[in-house]
Amino acid sequence: MFKTKMGKFLQRHFKVLIAYTALGILLTVYANLQPRLFTRPVLTATLNQSMALVLASMGQMAVILTAGIDLSIGPIVSLANVLASVLFPDHVLGVIAASLVILAVGALAGLINGILVVYGRLQPIIVTLATASIYSGFALMLRPRPGGYVPSWYGELLTGRLLDWVPASLVLLVVVLIGIWYPFRRSALGLAVYAVGSDERAAYMSGLNVHRAKVMAYVLAGFLAALAGLFLTAQTSSGDATIGGVYTLQSIGAVVLGGTSLFGGSGSVAGTIAGAFVIRIISSVLFFAGINPLSQPLFEGLVLLIAISLGAIRTFTLHNRLDVMR
Amino acid sequence: MNVGMRAWDRFHHGWKGMRQDYRNVLIAYTMIVFIIGIGSLFTPQFASPNYLLLQLLKASFLGVVAAGQMIVILTGNIDLSVSWTLNLAAVMVTSIAQGQNERLWLGVLAALAVGFVVGLLNGLGVAYLRIPSLVLTLGMDAVVKGLTILYTGAQPKGEAPEMLNFIVHHKIGGLVPSAVVVWFIISIICYLILHKSGLGRKIYAIGNNEICSYLSGIKTNRVIIKAFILSGTMNALAGVLLVGYAGRSFNGMGEPYLLPGIAAVVIGGTNILGGSGLYMGTVAGAIIITLLESTLSIMQISQAGRNIIYGIVILTMLFMYGRGHKVHE
Amino acid sequence: MTALVEAIEVTKRYDGVVALDRATFRCAPGSIHALVGENGAGKSTLVKILSGVIPPDSGTVKVWGRPVNIRTPAMAARLGIVAVFQELSLMPDLTVAENIFITHPPRNRLGLIDKSQLYRRTEQLLRRLGFPPIDPDTPVSQLPLAHRQLVEIAKALARDPQVLIMDEGTSALTVQDVEKVFDLMKKLRSNGRSVIFISHRMDEVEEIADTITIFRDGRNVASFPANNLDRTKIVQLMIGRKIDQVFPSKANQYTYSSAPVMEVKHLSWGNILHDINLSLHKGEILGIGGLEGQGQRELFLSLFGVLRNVRGHIYIDGTEVKINEPSDALKHGIQIALIPEDRKTEGLILTMPVKHNVTLATLNKYTNLLFLMDKKELLDAQNVVNQLKIKVSSINVPVRNLSGGNQQKVVIAKWLLTEAKVYLLYDLTRGIDVGTKHEIYKLMRSLTDDGAGILFFSTDISELAGMCDRVLVMYEGRIKSELSGTELNEENLVSVSLGLGTNNQRVTER
Repeated sequence: MFKTKMGKFLQRHFKVLIAYTALGILLTVYANLQPRLFTRPVLTATLNQSMALVLASMGQMAVILTAGIDLSIGPIVSLANVLASVLFPDHVLGVIAASLVILAVGALAGLINGILVVYGRLQPIIVTLATASIYSGFALMLRPRPGGYVPSWYGELLTGRLLDWVPASLVLLVVVLIGIWYPFRRSALGLAVYAVGSDERAAYMSGLNVHRAKVMAYVLAGFLAALAGLFLTAQTSSGDATIGGVYTLQSIGAVVLGGTSLFGGSGSVAGTIAGAFVIRIISSVLFFAGINPLSQPLFEGLVLLIAISLGAIRTFTLHNRLDVMR
Repeated sequence: MNVGMRAWDRFHHGWKGMRQDYRNVLIAYTMIVFIIGIGSLFTPQFASPNYLLLQLLKASFLGVVAAGQMIVILTGNIDLSVSWTLNLAAVMVTSIAQGQNERLWLGVLAALAVGFVVGLLNGLGVAYLRIPSLVLTLGMDAVVKGLTILYTGAQPKGEAPEMLNFIVHHKIGGLVPSAVVVWFIISIICYLILHKSGLGRKIYAIGNNEICSYLSGIKTNRVIIKAFILSGTMNALAGVLLVGYAGRSFNGMGEPYLLPGIAAVVIGGTNILGGSGLYMGTVAGAIIITLLESTLSIMQISQAGRNIIYGIVILTMLFMYGRGHKVHE
Repeated sequence: MTALVEAIEVTKRYDGVVALDRATFRCAPGSIHALVGENGAGKSTLVKILSGVIPPDSGTVKVWGRPVNIRTPAMAARLGIVAVFQELSLMPDLTVAENIFITHPPRNRLGLIDKSQLYRRTEQLLRRLGFPPIDPDTPVSQLPLAHRQLVEIAKALARDPQVLIMDEGTSALTVQDVEKVFDLMKKLRSNGRSVIFISHRMDEVEEIADTITIFRDGRNVASFPANNLDRTKIVQLMIGRKIDQVFPSKANQYTYSSAPVMEVKHLSWGNILHDINLSLHKGEILGIGGLEGQGQRELFLSLFGVLRNVRGHIYIDGTEVKINEPSDALKHGIQIALIPEDRKTEGLILTMPVKHNVTLATLNKYTNLLFLMDKKELLDAQNVVNQLKIKVSSINVPVRNLSGGNQQKVVIAKWLLTEAKVYLLYDLTRGIDVGTKHEIYKLMRSLTDDGAGILFFSTDISELAGMCDRVLVMYEGRIKSELSGTELNEENLVSVSLGLGTNNQRVTER
């Protein structure tokens, strides 16, 4: 019984396990190179440098689960960052209120994406390409040049440690997982998102509200991207309209590395988190390995490419070429 | 019924009966006229031949990139390795030619070879390993970026040979910039490939239905590989032209061409899912994006405003074109 | 008595082709109502309208006598109408339990899905229905087809429907499982619910239905109680004419002694095909029979080079050939043509015009060094379209706009241009109107009269019996027996397919 259960687990979570194996190897190497990795300051810094991507990737994942894609993730991250640098006052209540407004703006941006995709019946990749341009335009309009003021306690709060022990970013991640992702995954809505991505027609025939599920996936993506932007604001303590640029493609990379299918319907958030960490930690590892800084981007690229290619293993197990093409 | 009504009816009827892809191209060219009209309101010289030819020169780099992207998109794939393929090719030109005219051909050859190889690798991965092109070409872009940075040591060295500058800027007959002529020649080749050759027919067939194409005896993997090779080579060519235009290569020079390239293809009426679209549309797409950029800058609209208008134009064009069906249809 | 569900004067067109033509249908409460008719008669369209998958162009649907506008499957479910479709409505990545309770999963106090409850309920449901204990936590994509069908049925029944619609929902089930499903249907009936049941198996209809409605050409041509059942009458009503004289005569100038055009020896693939041996003669139509899913599709695909790692030998005109890709099958000297199972996804490029579809397999013929020779291509395309009497205003029209029969003719036209020696025809008359079928039959004979060999699979047993010179019956990936001459008739085909023997000597056990 144990054996079959174990086997089933391995089979089901094969791709996620690959992601964690990669992360494990990376961390082992990292720990050997940087013995202080598991000290509080270094660990906190490592988490901080990955957290915005983790959040943005979770958003990207929600959309990819519906067999869509969101190229506006990065610009929404920027928009949130810029808004924070414009709106944040000094006092706590004001910051909280502004944060809520910013999260709402992110969700609204996602809602617009979703509505255009679903009711405009346009392809996600093009819709979000266009809205990406629009959202980055708004970010630039608010802050043509980097700058702005963010209260210092805000940065310390989110990037520091609680009780000098637990990294605040880790707490944030746990709160997001328990407060947002878990309820989403376990709700009828979450089930519908997976169902739509798995087979939209079947989902429709089963009586699901296909439209609502898709729109909500984009809303969630916008919300999480805005949250990523807020976290990034804590790291940089200023506003920059181009800061989110890299997050669009990196988030897609993280989601794919984490084992989520670009065709939708399957994938787990645990994999996505591992994928995001892998993408962010590679550069530190390469740095500590003393590799020529100029060859770092090449290694980063190669790791990404190899990880992506692992998904191709499936192709060789199919002996009907028509199945390969489907 | 008066004459005007009848004429409208005839127009309306002809419009409805027209093939969707032809209709899209007409919309795109109407858009060009419209933008030129708007631009002329702000500066009278906008519609002058010299100014428009300058716009064509600017559009030619994007046009070459978009031509390659279109071929890949028609097969139902996408090429996201544009930025750094273009960049590495440009770097090859300046570093190999070392500013010497007699070494220019070597540099150009090396640049095109880079594009060819990147395209080949993309094609092999998509066709035989069946890795979704979206992520494979993304990964490939990262690798090529790494190679470029490693090769150049952060900042590319070398200048463009005089001859390349001259070729790109030289006005044939005192009027038409050579880069525009290159684009024109590329366009004729792409037109012939896509609309007059067996390869083109196969590209459209695969983009519409790969399984049926395969079962009709088409070697679909080879066609996909050829499409990516064309795209990679085209990106490299754009890199060469840009070196001539800017007089040098620099890291990051390819980035402004990735997403606008895709946008040009889509604005030109090509279906992003593949299988339909006319080459003439993509030419229009590249021109629209360039003209839009210039018009907005003449109107002294900030970068922010341009981005917003740019996105809205893409969405508007998409809504004018044919859209997807409802789930159950 | 008020009908539980009723359709009045319902019309539906697809791209100008009439699928339902002012059809009327009523289903009384507490009945099992069989819908029979040929493929394309409009049965599936009717049940799709009743279950909210597609809207009618005109006409009224009533539930308990009240007019309703069923816009989505979700609305149909709220009205108590739940359908089990031929093409399954299961989400492959979701687990069995998630699929079954997709719209109303059990929730805990926080409103979140209660997983343990979900699995427990699924197990209970499957047990209550008498189905095998399928693991509720398995993704549906990993289940065999028969189990998927059971899950689909369980999913429908979990919604406690007033009207259960079964559109060929039992085709892959074992005899025992079909019996279980029938028992469930009877239980529904005794509770005053109704079942609308589409099946091509007359014995199933006889066994279970209490009312029969016959559809032909998009109309309801007869409804009557099942105890008045008269098989020949039903078949006549379905076809609308006498059933004899449908097939062209089998006699032709070739005989079995003619050389085999294709020979297959010891062909095996994975655990699906086992040691297939056959020889196809010039001028012969060789049938491949058996229940669906016995490896027939894989046999055809393997002969056409679609499958990897096929073992065995293929000979064309006595020479061994290697067919690793469909492009090999098309090579001069091999010249095999395949008309695949699903014309919409495998046979045609729906969005491309007729002319480009018919020349797709012969593009090389129309290409000189660099370019396509438009004139030659157009000429040949127009000729073959005329030859097959494909009804289309112009060869520039996208294939999508053609009716099913004409679409299939376009597929045939494509392969005619290849001048093949061997035609692999996979169920090519499915969903095609009677008139076109007749034309296709004549065309098949004229191909063999010209010396081609045809390997012919059909799900329509009368077609196999009427068209083929010999039939090989497949069972679990093997060729089990061969029927020919007078022994080649529908009864024998059925009994051999089911694994029952016949008393005749001409049936060769292999």
